[in-house]
Amino acid sequence: MITILDRIGRRFLSWFEQTGIWFDALGRTILWMFRPPYDFREWFRQMVRLGVDSIPVVFLTTMFTGMVLALQTFAGFQRVHAEQFVASVVSLAMLRELAPVLVGLMVTGRVGSSMAAEIGTMRVTEQLDALKALATEPIQYLFVPRVIAGVIMLPFLCILGDALGIYGGYLVAVKLLKTNPVVYKQNTFQFLQLSDVYSGLIKAAVFGLILTLTGCVRGYYTTGGAEGVGRATTNAVVSASLIILLSDFFLTKILF
Amino acid sequence: MQTISLQHLYKAFDGKQVLNDMSIEVAQGESLVIVGGSGTGKSVTLKHIIGLLRPDQGRVLIAGEDITAMSEVELNRFRRHFGMAFQEGALFDSMSVFENIAFPLRRHTKMTEAEIRTRVEECLDDVHLHGVEKKRPSELSGGMRRRVGFARAISLKPDILLFDEPTTGLDPVISDVIADLIVEMDQKLGTTTVTITHDMKVAFKIADRVAMLHRGTIVEEGTPEEFQASKNPIVRQFIEGRAEGPLTATED
Repeated sequence: MITILDRIGRRFLSWFEQTGIWFDALGRTILWMFRPPYDFREWFRQMVRLGVDSIPVVFLTTMFTGMVLALQTFAGFQRVHAEQFVASVVSLAMLRELAPVLVGLMVTGRVGSSMAAEIGTMRVTEQLDALKALATEPIQYLFVPRVIAGVIMLPFLCILGDALGIYGGYLVAVKLLKTNPVVYKQNTFQFLQLSDVYSGLIKAAVFGLILTLTGCVRGYYTTGGAEGVGRATTNAVVSASLIILLSDFFLTKILF
Repeated sequence: MQTISLQHLYKAFDGKQVLNDMSIEVAQGESLVIVGGSGTGKSVTLKHIIGLLRPDQGRVLIAGEDITAMSEVELNRFRRHFGMAFQEGALFDSMSVFENIAFPLRRHTKMTEAEIRTRVEECLDDVHLHGVEKKRPSELSGGMRRRVGFARAISLKPDILLFDEPTTGLDPVISDVIADLIVEMDQKLGTTTVTITHDMKVAFKIADRVAMLHRGTIVEEGTPEEFQASKNPIVRQFIEGRAEGPLTATED
């Protein structure tokens, strides 16, 4: 009994510690963001790596999600003769929820993990110490460009995802299920508000922050050789995905 | 004046005392070698000198200034006077050899691209390496990686050079070449040098003064001649490399 309580207690303590470390890293990243030197070349490089290189993945996931969403809602709505609302459901769901979350999760898997692995390897091979010895703060050199890239590029990927998802839905509804293209287009935009678009983009920016910072922090605090790097990578993906999904609920609650 | 002064340092990790009232001073231009077995706190000592670790108690004075009380920003300004060569080189594997050596120049000087190129060539020349600028660290041998690490450490013309186990894992011939190189660099650049090693041959070759670290404190120090003649049983066992003696008796 005592051992069980002991383990639960330890879990909680470690959870609180991790949360503290995360917010400490966030504070320091923001602090170092505004201190010279500004390494714009590195910022740009990370943006390309995170944003441009993620386009194929975003393309496939959001497009197919839009397509399957149209297929599923059509099957359901047909039973109550509400097929005309398929378009509205697809566009609302993509803009407000699916594009930001899917993009967040996919980029976590693709980029968050590689950040943790890269920085973790630098930790175990003393490259982080070498950075400090060369009078360069690792937070500034490694965290800042990655976090900036995440916060800036995720909304762009999200816009791309929005467009592709809606287009995917359109393709399925019009070409496959033979609904009226004019009515479909009209219904896509009829019930939309500007807030639907920007709430999704705010979410995407927050997810960009979460996934990059989690990847960096997990890598930075790696201990114990190759095995430690593997653990850090897994942890980065698992915890960033969890934080994204949890914060998604609260963000939605706040933004409406 | 003493350039480096470590005063009564204590440092523990997870309850394990690594440095235990450790004090040592290094004069300007001097080459100090700290020897000791594995896990005696050699690397930890070196990391305290450059502020990568902060002591639990005690002070680290560099040119009279206490670096233990400095903020990270002040410390970074201070670290430009240091060059540190890491055990395996710790080269940035995402960059070429050229980019590695140019890294501190790009970040801390306003040199033009042409000046950087010249300086990198000078540094590579100092460590007797040629034609490797475009190579990746992973394509280099262990000895070459360390030389590139040395070149990167001296690129900002530091006043103090630190070498962390410069010959560990190298064959005896390359070890000797590296030791010669350290002596040569030390003389040419006129730096204050601190090296940690467990290789006595290397230690005697490059040291003005040798100090032995045991259980987190300095147990013996002196010129190489004095050190070799020491009657301290710990030192005797270490120099002779015997399995039986006070070192092994007290280790576990």
